[in-house]
Amino acid sequence: MNLSVFEVLGPVMIGPSSSHTAGAAKLARVAALIAGKPFDKVEFGLHGSFAKTGRGHGTDRALLAGAMGIREDDEALRDAFSLAEKAGLSYSFPEIDLPDSHENSARITFFHRDGTRTVVEGSSIGGGRIRINSIDGLAAGFSAEQPTLLIAQRDIAGVVSRIGTILASQGINIGVMRLSREARGKGAVTVLETDSPVPDSALEQLREAPGVLSVRLIDLNR
Amino acid sequence: MYSNIAQLVEQGKKTSLPQVILEDEQELTQLPLEEIRETFRRRWQVMRESARRAMEEPQSMVGNLIRGQSQRQNVYSRGFTLSGESMNRMMAMAFSGSEVNAGMGRICAAPTAGACGILPAVLLEAAEKTGASEEALLDALIVAAGFGAVITKNATVSGAEGGCQAECGTAAAMAAAGAVHLAGGTPEMCAQACAIALMNCMGLICDPVAGLVQLPCSFRNASQSVNALTSADMALAGQNAVIPADEVIESMYQVGRKLPLEFRETALGGIAATETAKSIAGTIFGEH
Repeated sequence: MNLSVFEVLGPVMIGPSSSHTAGAAKLARVAALIAGKPFDKVEFGLHGSFAKTGRGHGTDRALLAGAMGIREDDEALRDAFSLAEKAGLSYSFPEIDLPDSHENSARITFFHRDGTRTVVEGSSIGGGRIRINSIDGLAAGFSAEQPTLLIAQRDIAGVVSRIGTILASQGINIGVMRLSREARGKGAVTVLETDSPVPDSALEQLREAPGVLSVRLIDLNR
Repeated sequence: MYSNIAQLVEQGKKTSLPQVILEDEQELTQLPLEEIRETFRRRWQVMRESARRAMEEPQSMVGNLIRGQSQRQNVYSRGFTLSGESMNRMMAMAFSGSEVNAGMGRICAAPTAGACGILPAVLLEAAEKTGASEEALLDALIVAAGFGAVITKNATVSGAEGGCQAECGTAAAMAAAGAVHLAGGTPEMCAQACAIALMNCMGLICDPVAGLVQLPCSFRNASQSVNALTSADMALAGQNAVIPADEVIESMYQVGRKLPLEFRETALGGIAATETAKSIAGTIFGEH
């Protein structure tokens, strides 16, 4: 079988729906890790079936819980609204249209305390699995099933090869690599999915590499 | 390696079904066998808890359409019943899974969240009957998961794709195979039970009232548990499904593909389209 038995017997999750509850919570949790810094307001733009049938499945509570770092198998998910209130986090769920997106999609905007914003678009694609489609408008396309590095860099020659060299020297194999940029010579983002965990030493080396602006590791098992 | 039920049975005859399934998972994930077994153990813990929780305490949920069903069936099981105490207790456990799921409690999808009540209820009841050890129960769970993996791969377990037969039907087929294994049946009997259970619910549509995973989902969790247990009994008695499990699985998939959109989790047909269901949806969501 090329299918794990735990895709049939699982996930362990908070009900009632793997796509509308568990997937939603995971999507927002990953989005918050991508945002990576404190926020006091979050807006969940709901598209398609998330907007239409989300209420009965607790999609709103699941998204909010995920944004606060609550796991999709943690029953605290139920109390997301009161937990957000206690944390002084404000939130909203406008209905939006994301053309050509999966039925269960959301655009999550984090309003950071330092006045900046992070916008993450993603989809819950079934069975609790997710896909991050874009970050601040730049195409991303990853599932967060594997450790994933998000590297913001200057769009100049040599940066990508330096990143590859650093990872290779630590024995880390790259499974998937995707580079996208705003325009030639401007900011660029590299998304790297690795086959093994990325140690802190590799993260430090990457951060010090010339041309690299920031490095973020999304590893749900860490 | 197996990619259908016939291969799984053939290989299972040589060693055992749990061993074939565990080794296959090991080949796929490259994880140690004991770690895979430990993951099964942890998932079983969640399943067992979800099967008991609502029997003791009714769960609250949006609309409360199925609140208290589990406790009610459990209380009834101890007095006069038509189908017997154990059958009624099993239905109470299946109701419990549905109630916990609808109430945003912790469950283990098997194969989906909407059908999560069936497998734990059937295996717990079968274990009660056979006096099986915890390890034997885990083996039965592994067998159920192996059968479920084949159905997931060769057909579908999504209600939006194949209707309720794909969700609760698959859960019943998995549970039937697991129960036969628990009762000491042969790999061939497990496959017969899987085929019989799927035949018995061929064409069952997904028509959730107000789009909520409550009605008729909880009744189908209870009734498909009964389907699973009786299919297991038929297989253990030596009944022959005649049509091989792989062909029944394929036909379930073909029926699912032909189901109109109204009958695939859209809440536009079947029970969901009744006057009362529409009125319930209006009351819960304030729609007219």
